Amino acid sequence: MKIVTGNDLKTGAVVWWDGEGWSKYVNSAADVGAGGEAIIAREEGARRVFAAYVIDGERNADGVRPSHIKERIRALGPTVRMDLSLKPGDPDASNWVI
Amino acid sequence: MYKYDQYDQQMVDTRVEEFRDQVRRRLDGSLTEDQFRPLRLQNGLYLQLHAYMLRVAVPYGTLNSQQMTLLGDIADKYDRGYGHFTTRQNIQYNWIKLEETPDILADLATVEMHAIQTSGNCIRNISSDQYAGAAADEIVDPRPYAELLRQWSSFHPEFLTLPRKFKIAVIASETDRAAMKLHDIGIQMVRNAAGEIGARFFVGGGMGRTPMIGPMIRDFVPLDQLVTYCEACLRVYNRYGRRDNKYKARIKILVHELGKDEYTRQVEEEFAHLLTQDIEPPLAELERIKAHFVDPPFEAGASDDLDLSDPDFRLWVERNCAPHKQAGYIVATVSLKPVGGIPGDATSDQIRLMAKLARDYSFDELRVTHAQNIVFPHVRKADLYAVWKALDEAGLGTANLDMVGDIIACPGLDYCSLANARSIPVAQKISERFGSAEKQAEIGELKLKISGCINACGHHHAGHIGILGVDKKGTENYQLLFGGSEGADTSLGQITGPGFDEEGIVAAVETTTNVYLRERQQGERFLDTYRRIGMAPFKEALYG
Repeated sequence: MKIVTGNDLKTGAVVWWDGEGWSKYVNSAADVGAGGEAIIAREEGARRVFAAYVIDGERNADGVRPSHIKERIRALGPTVRMDLSLKPGDPDASNWVI
Repeated sequence: MYKYDQYDQQMVDTRVEEFRDQVRRRLDGSLTEDQFRPLRLQNGLYLQLHAYMLRVAVPYGTLNSQQMTLLGDIADKYDRGYGHFTTRQNIQYNWIKLEETPDILADLATVEMHAIQTSGNCIRNISSDQYAGAAADEIVDPRPYAELLRQWSSFHPEFLTLPRKFKIAVIASETDRAAMKLHDIGIQMVRNAAGEIGARFFVGGGMGRTPMIGPMIRDFVPLDQLVTYCEACLRVYNRYGRRDNKYKARIKILVHELGKDEYTRQVEEEFAHLLTQDIEPPLAELERIKAHFVDPPFEAGASDDLDLSDPDFRLWVERNCAPHKQAGYIVATVSLKPVGGIPGDATSDQIRLMAKLARDYSFDELRVTHAQNIVFPHVRKADLYAVWKALDEAGLGTANLDMVGDIIACPGLDYCSLANARSIPVAQKISERFGSAEKQAEIGELKLKISGCINACGHHHAGHIGILGVDKKGTENYQLLFGGSEGADTSLGQITGPGFDEEGIVAAVETTTNVYLRERQQGERFLDTYRRIGMAPFKEALYG
């Protein structure tokens, strides 16, 4: 699947295009097919996000998994500070990154 | 330490309001990201993996307690309760909001701090010896000269858009504690045969993807020509540095391609011309600056006695303290590398505690080191135990300076958008494996440095053992290097062979230290043994 990700302009937070808006959860990411660049142009123009780009990923039984480790770390948070990640209560969450 | 005059303060205050307006225009759509990006970078605001990151300048690594306290408060007020001290003697915050950045800069300006010169192709924040003004082996305090160059370089109109970033280090002792020869310009303050103080220039050093040791191009530049000679070095670079290729744009490439002799000839020619232009600030200005760096009021006759009956304290003194030029005083380094910790990170409470201890016990001064630690430069020996007790209770009493646990590590792929692999988890695992005092004592001095990409912010080229994280078909892989050094005997590490995965690199470090322990002769550090026996025994053990 093709996923659009970027950063919230005001906060810098990592966000994922969910088909209607921006979510901080990668599991909400929509498959944008070939429409990614158009979404980016529209959303950056509206100043909702910046530094947006299209990445590869896959949807499996556990949810959406970006193909590259860098994007998985963006999706989760720093693996060395799980308390600051999106899954602070899951001690094994960092294994998902690898 | 240096106090702003009205011009310094006005310059910083004006920049804050300028940036506040730029942020407003970015948020209302008057500026696109392409237009705004260079403006935010000029104010230290990066976009990293998870959020905006703000890098705050700590000129030549020197802070007072008020500044340090504010750095802790910023971590609480605007970030997530911690800061990361960097290999450029700065501090950075990882979770910054754009709309709050002008307020952070305004807060910083109240204590004479800013984020200028922490990004972009300008002369970056100037670094120095963390023991400056205290070291028993320095010939002079290098910081007035670093401050003079800071003032010269700040907003220098000719050097705001250099071919690439430009880093200068200034030291004043034979023991190089600032990796001086691995800077674009390394300056060593020296005394000539006539007893005069001057500057020895090394130009064209650096790490990154093409590491080079800067060759000496001038043995002695008189103090009344210091700025002029720097200007000549920069002018030749600014004129001929490669702007067509980002990867060949640093001055080290120019010096290498021209050759040291031809680069030097051109600098000398430019220098001769500049001398006719009378650009050097009057020596009175240097004297004005020097007046800010006079010794604190040391207690005459302070006792040199230390009660070392507490074995943990004794170990910390042996590992983390250095001789002071003043009898009865000592230089104490706070390791930000607890066993299994994140190198260079400190919580807001730890930052404020260090500020308080500096206020009470170190004449209000702290230093940030390029090894990501904090120094109390002037501690009375009679107070040292109280300082250590307070540090230890806050998790800051680790005794491992320059040992295998005192690892330099860049933020790596956990935070950095440029990284290819994570650095911190590797550092943590090595720290845990070698964490015991007994193990570290057995191994002795061993400087281990980890970078998460070829940009080498973790100084892996200069580690006795260096580790470089790379991306190998989408997975993290770690190359191992031996033989780097950043001191007076600066050398560049050599890659051992094929890389390792995360678990493999930790095991490889243990294999390496086992070979060292087997082969070493009396008194040899790891680096000495490696230099004596070469790579072969290690490769045999690592790869069979």
